Amino acid sequence: MAESEKKSVPVLEAENLSIVFGGLHAVDDVHFTLHENQIMGLIGPNGAGKTTVFNLLTGVYTPTTGQIKLDGRSILGKKTYQITKMGVARTFQNIRLFKDMSVLDNVRVAMNQKMNYSALAGILGLPSYWREEAAVEEKAMDLLRVFHLEGHAQDRAKNLPYGQQRKLEIARALAGDPKVLLLDEPAAGMNPTETAELMETIELIRSRFHVAILLIEHDMSFVMGICEHLVVLDYGRIIASGTPEEVRTNPKVITAYLGGE
Amino acid sequence: MEFLTQIINGLSQGSIFALVALGYSMVYGITQLINFAHGDIIMVGAYATYVMLILAGTPLWAAILAAVLFCAVVGVVIEQVAYQRLLNKNAPRISLLITAIGVSMLLQNLFQLIFKSDAKSVSNVLPSFPVPIGPLEISSVTLITIATSVVIMILLQLLVKKTRIGKAMRATSEDAGAAKLMGVSSRNTIAFTFAVGSGLAAVGAVLYVGAYPSITPYMGSLLGLKAFVAAVLGGIGSIPGAMIGGLLIGVAESLTKAVGLSQITDAVVFGILILVLLIKPTGLLGKNIKEKV
Amino acid sequence: MTKQKKPGLVPKNKLVSYAVNLVLLVAAYLLFFVLIGSGVINRYTSGIMTTMFINIILTVSLNLVSGFLGQLVLGHAGFMSVGAYTAALFTLYSGLPITIAFPIGIVLAGVVAAVFGVIIGVPALRLRGDYLAIITLGFGEIIRVIILACDFTGGAKGLRGIPTILPQGSDATSLSLAKYSYVFWLAVVTVVVIWAFVRSRHGRAVIAIREDEIAAEASGVHTTYYKLFAFVMAAFFAGVAGSLYAHHIGVLDPSKFNFDYSVEILLMAVLGGLGSITGSIIAAIVLTILPEFLRGFEDYRMLIYAVILIIVMLFKPSGLMGQHEFSLSRLVSRLTAKRAGGAKQGKGE
Repeated sequence: MAESEKKSVPVLEAENLSIVFGGLHAVDDVHFTLHENQIMGLIGPNGAGKTTVFNLLTGVYTPTTGQIKLDGRSILGKKTYQITKMGVARTFQNIRLFKDMSVLDNVRVAMNQKMNYSALAGILGLPSYWREEAAVEEKAMDLLRVFHLEGHAQDRAKNLPYGQQRKLEIARALAGDPKVLLLDEPAAGMNPTETAELMETIELIRSRFHVAILLIEHDMSFVMGICEHLVVLDYGRIIASGTPEEVRTNPKVITAYLGGE
Repeated sequence: MEFLTQIINGLSQGSIFALVALGYSMVYGITQLINFAHGDIIMVGAYATYVMLILAGTPLWAAILAAVLFCAVVGVVIEQVAYQRLLNKNAPRISLLITAIGVSMLLQNLFQLIFKSDAKSVSNVLPSFPVPIGPLEISSVTLITIATSVVIMILLQLLVKKTRIGKAMRATSEDAGAAKLMGVSSRNTIAFTFAVGSGLAAVGAVLYVGAYPSITPYMGSLLGLKAFVAAVLGGIGSIPGAMIGGLLIGVAESLTKAVGLSQITDAVVFGILILVLLIKPTGLLGKNIKEKV
Repeated sequence: MTKQKKPGLVPKNKLVSYAVNLVLLVAAYLLFFVLIGSGVINRYTSGIMTTMFINIILTVSLNLVSGFLGQLVLGHAGFMSVGAYTAALFTLYSGLPITIAFPIGIVLAGVVAAVFGVIIGVPALRLRGDYLAIITLGFGEIIRVIILACDFTGGAKGLRGIPTILPQGSDATSLSLAKYSYVFWLAVVTVVVIWAFVRSRHGRAVIAIREDEIAAEASGVHTTYYKLFAFVMAAFFAGVAGSLYAHHIGVLDPSKFNFDYSVEILLMAVLGGLGSITGSIIAAIVLTILPEFLRGFEDYRMLIYAVILIIVMLFKPSGLMGQHEFSLSRLVSRLTAKRAGGAKQGKGE
């Protein structure tokens, strides 16, 4: 049902994506289309190449063959920071925060891409500096409020409890107003209560920030509960794709998971 | 002919660089640490040779043995006292590097206090006479240097490839975490690597003193830097790479001097380093390690 | 927290603290000006003060790269020597009166050092951190060798006859005062510029790179650009420091700008706390003055430095100040808040 109403506009398209590491096809002929406002899951056994797909989408690796399009424009060959600016933001499997910076600054760093004042204006304290900094602080605090982190704005990121660190990383990813949000195992290490809360947060993010979300996750109840579309990878190839219901009953997927583990 | 002689001189000098470069390379391979103090181990070895040979009047073999053992011990002590704590808690690399610089300064200034800064002369460490090879006349010292280095490198290869501890070294260098799980004690392996590396530097020191019989507390810093350049040039972490790098640097230096540019030899060496890092950052035989995302 | 800030307006409490700081600076400047002018501070001591301010410039600028950007640079003395020779050669040969030539020389020294920073930085910053350290070290050595090998730099004999910064015939006290004024205000400029930079969006990007380069890049930070920016900025100020040094000492000896000197600057930055500007200032002051009290221990100085460096790295790698800053206004507000009964909300980091 969710499928039909959101078919409309494709945001991120991957076509025949492949990358070879020393003869090994880490990702082999992967293709999918992420639509506006869609939540899509990328699942598969360990080592299936899921994070590698993220690294391809964000320009960390250059695909051996294939095409990646954001809003119909190719982002191939672009640097990571350029792709982020164009609207693809991500989180990392093992949280990568700016640990010794304040929670607020973590978010402000990601807003840098939207700011304009020059280095000279910053050094001299020109009006543009004060104006933009005030605006950004306000915007950053609003964003932190969404994640209930506003009370920790001045704390160092490394002092946050684990669950809040995950949230902060998502907040930071959203700070640049992305069109696509890539979440790499957002529920990893969370207990069932936290996972349930995270599901709500992700729903909230979609409705509030109008982003398409592609997420990697091992927690099946989480994936099945939140994703409208699933892509299943095994040994770098897509073995199934469709609604959670279709994927759940797909014999290939069952073998991959049961035979693979 | 002159050209050929220069090449051979370069190979001799280069084999000393190679011996020292091996220490840098092995330690870096296992701990990701540029052991700045490694160059100063050469200096320690040279003074050890001086003390035994000149002050104590022991025979050469005893002096060499003493230098190697002493340096190995110093190397391990440095590792245990200065680096281990930082390595254990996964300190930032910048802290490790700064510590290594501190150790280097400490050794230099300590030896300056003990032996004063004027150069000590240690002549005739190695038997010196001209050896005719075809139309060339090569100094015996040059030949001994090359021969010794070749033998030591073969032994080192055997050590690393065939012995248990050698395998442990390679395993730790590939993946310290996994090696630990397989029951390899990384602490012992690291200590052993420092011992071997420092011992090699001591041999390098004896050979160096054989060719240039004047030692100062600061002799190790430039020598060490050049050996480090050699290690990077060959691909840091790679044993054959260190050898090739050492020889290349030695020959490059020798040829620079031969064309009358001896003043800028050091600039040439560092120029090569910069060039290599730009063209192939991993060095000639280095593996490409990309940080995991 | 965001309260009623009007866009484009400097918050009032900031304005007040800026004003207080400015007043204190001018007062300090005038105090020492009078002390030097009246001869209470003799020429020898004022010479040490000059060195101290030069060291502040060097340490704070190195801290920008090594503390805030997190890249170890071992060739800071190399950039300093570029600036020193540039400025000295300019004042020697430009033919302009020294009162005009010197300020131009200072700027030129910074610019030429910055150009060298770009030449070294563009290739070197592509490499991983420890290689950058080695490259900057190698660069420092190359510069030294080239200076030694060239004729126009005076070679190994050094560059002599660098003009004093006042016209010939000026008395010693005026010269001391002029030197003091130059180094004082240039140190202030350096600190303020780097301080403001670090607090701007650009500075945050630089710090983010130190914290996690991959995450910074993924947050839209053009890491290569910002690394180069910080590196070149540091080179610029090292060059400025060099120009001051050249005209303070009057003679340039290429062996002065060796690896040991780079390490000494690094030591100051490390002891003060990598990532703390005020820490750098304190460390530069202490480590410039301390040797004067340890005259009898001159032989042990570097040995002691080495031991301190190792001990600090092992037991307090964050240095004196860590990444914290000493702030007068914060201190004052904390004290007043305490007196007012501690009803203060929010927390100073």
